[in-house]
Amino acid sequence: MTERPAVGPPARTRLRAAGLTLPLVAFVGFSFLFPLGTMLSRSVYDPLVADALPETLALLEEWDGETLPGEPVFAAAARELGTALEGRLVGRLGGRVNRVASGMRSVIVRGARAAAEAPAATARETLMGGDPAWGEPATWRAIRTADERFTVRHYLRALDLDRDAGGSIVRQPEELRIYVPLLLRTLMVSGAVTLLCLLLGYPIAHLIANAPPRRARWLILLVLVPFWTSLLVRTTAWIVLLQTHGVVNSLLVALGIVADDGRIAMIYNMTGTLVAMTHVLLPFMVLPLYSVMRTIPPHFMRAASSLGANRRQSFFRVYWPLTLPGTAAGSLLVFILAIGYYITPALVGGSSGQLFSNMIAFHMQTSLNWGLAAALGGILFVVVGALYVVYDRLVGASSLKLG
Amino acid sequence: MKRAVSFAALALAAACGPGDGPGSLTVVSWGGAYARAVTKAHYEPFEAETGLTLAREDYNGGLAEIRTQVDTGNVHWDVVDLERFDATRGCDEGLLELIPDDLLGPGADGSPAAEDFWPEANGDCGVGNVFYSTVVAYHPARFPGEKPAVLGDFFDLERFPGRRGMRRSPLVNLEFALMADGVATDEVYAVLDTEAGMERAFGKLETIREQVVWWEAGAQPPQMLADAEVAMSTAYNGRIFNAQVLEDQPFVIVWDGQVLDIGQTGIVAGTPHLKEALEFLSFSSSPEAMARLSGEIAYSPTRRSALPLVANHRETGVPMLPHLPTSPQNLGRVLTSNTLWWSDHLDEVNERFSAWLAR
Repeated sequence: MTERPAVGPPARTRLRAAGLTLPLVAFVGFSFLFPLGTMLSRSVYDPLVADALPETLALLEEWDGETLPGEPVFAAAARELGTALEGRLVGRLGGRVNRVASGMRSVIVRGARAAAEAPAATARETLMGGDPAWGEPATWRAIRTADERFTVRHYLRALDLDRDAGGSIVRQPEELRIYVPLLLRTLMVSGAVTLLCLLLGYPIAHLIANAPPRRARWLILLVLVPFWTSLLVRTTAWIVLLQTHGVVNSLLVALGIVADDGRIAMIYNMTGTLVAMTHVLLPFMVLPLYSVMRTIPPHFMRAASSLGANRRQSFFRVYWPLTLPGTAAGSLLVFILAIGYYITPALVGGSSGQLFSNMIAFHMQTSLNWGLAAALGGILFVVVGALYVVYDRLVGASSLKLG
Repeated sequence: MKRAVSFAALALAAACGPGDGPGSLTVVSWGGAYARAVTKAHYEPFEAETGLTLAREDYNGGLAEIRTQVDTGNVHWDVVDLERFDATRGCDEGLLELIPDDLLGPGADGSPAAEDFWPEANGDCGVGNVFYSTVVAYHPARFPGEKPAVLGDFFDLERFPGRRGMRRSPLVNLEFALMADGVATDEVYAVLDTEAGMERAFGKLETIREQVVWWEAGAQPPQMLADAEVAMSTAYNGRIFNAQVLEDQPFVIVWDGQVLDIGQTGIVAGTPHLKEALEFLSFSSSPEAMARLSGEIAYSPTRRSALPLVANHRETGVPMLPHLPTSPQNLGRVLTSNTLWWSDHLDEVNERFSAWLAR
């Protein structure tokens, strides 16, 4: 490549200009890339068990997995569990092994307590005094299985897969399959919300773009005021409107359209999620559409009619293609926001209107299985990335007009 | 310059948050009626006695916030009201401070604390402060004829049609399902230990699933009953009591099959205010403080010697004893929640519950 001729500002000025972006770069790195990286690393890196029981695990490597391990293994386990108890790690340790085999949490915790408080003649008697399950090979197998510094277990779980006893990957039994159906449902809901937003937003954007400036200002305000209102307020307002004894139902009953005992369930289900999400996300569709439509000169349509196109033809062959960048940008924006939506479904979704992110929140806040939460987040990340690539292939990312 | 300094001070104050100064303590409780009750019974008297200020926060349970604070070394919660289940789990994980043995004072009758507290009321990291109960409650206007009387009626949509409120969690609900299905209280957890028992519990829940509205915060069930969003709901008995006496709601509690549990208070590990936090715990676990709490909301004290001190509801003068979950007339069929069983099985059952919910 040849050297670029020295046009434009001198190097120092350019450097200074680049320096001005440094705060942003630092901010993005600190507040976005770093937490994202640590979170995603949690989904595959889990050193807790390996760090807490190094000797036990080393000894277990030579164990046949069928008979009960020998006294040296018990002794190492008792010692290391005692240390874990002192370091107050034993609850997390038990929780980790419990994910391999349910019921192990209390076995580990009780074993550790016994090792610290009630040592018997042999380490084996000590641990079995804490919990008789220490006398079963299954307990030791669970500990050995839980030893994975780098693990794909969370990703398997997130895809409703599991390892069977032989180590091959199998699907979970049907009553435990959650995440894949939920992901599909989330994609469908996001698609439906995007379509609803497009159907509702397109005419509004057209109206605003073609109104006289004074009226357009008012109309755009009508779009923006809800946009500026707190998300929680808007969602709660829908609860007030749609609940069984809410405004809409009471109106329908008063008008005699539905019977008093036949009130329609419009909230705490999928309908509630769809309605509230469409409302919340509508401005993200209207604004990009509006900004594109405003740049389309009105005489294009007149030219089309003067050349003999009827209204339908001039719309579909002239206007619609010109609005495509806005349509695509709005749809992509709404779809990606919808896929990660969390507060609205949590408030108005009931049990059938929950989405993928609600599951992530559940594992972050309630089950404290952050590894699985990170894996679920990773999957969502990949899905959104894939969508962007598809979009880029189809429409071209450079044509995005975000408002 | 002066402005810059005051701005820096402001930024610093914002970064530290409320309650970070010396001699102040952040206390976290359940919000709504319960937070109101502890404010009157514990927080305000403690402030008056010690001159310390308490910063109050609400939460909905769970260990996520505490774990984040401890893991990042940025502890700004000091004293937290916990479900016994979370107190036990948090203790094992090192998220809560151990309670010193000599912290708890003697009972009102002079008996040592170890005898005064009910067995299992206290954990290594949690001081038991109330017995509370999850019960079924209904709005009588929704059932003009026959009224629900036993737990089984909650699952009987034919005789008692209408939507049901339940907490979005397998805890308590699986126990309710089995008891309603005729399992004796002392066998509930043994039955849940088997795959057939688990299927039986979920099968029973399945019979009403279409009609269930799931709640998350304890303040929701009384609201949903009042709004006629549901006809019957599982709820914490104290919340129903408060709605009855303070808001004149005609709700009725079905005591049959109540699931009893213990609320504990713990201290977040690594708090810079350990001394004040312990002082508060010692204060709030005195028989007098416990009796005061039972005079605000219908939960029973965990000290035997506090029970005779419980009198009438402070605001309305309603006698409290008949409304307490441990009062003899309410103790027909009672199940005590098995914390240990849940700490072993919650992860697995939660997955199953979520899958079942999403189906």
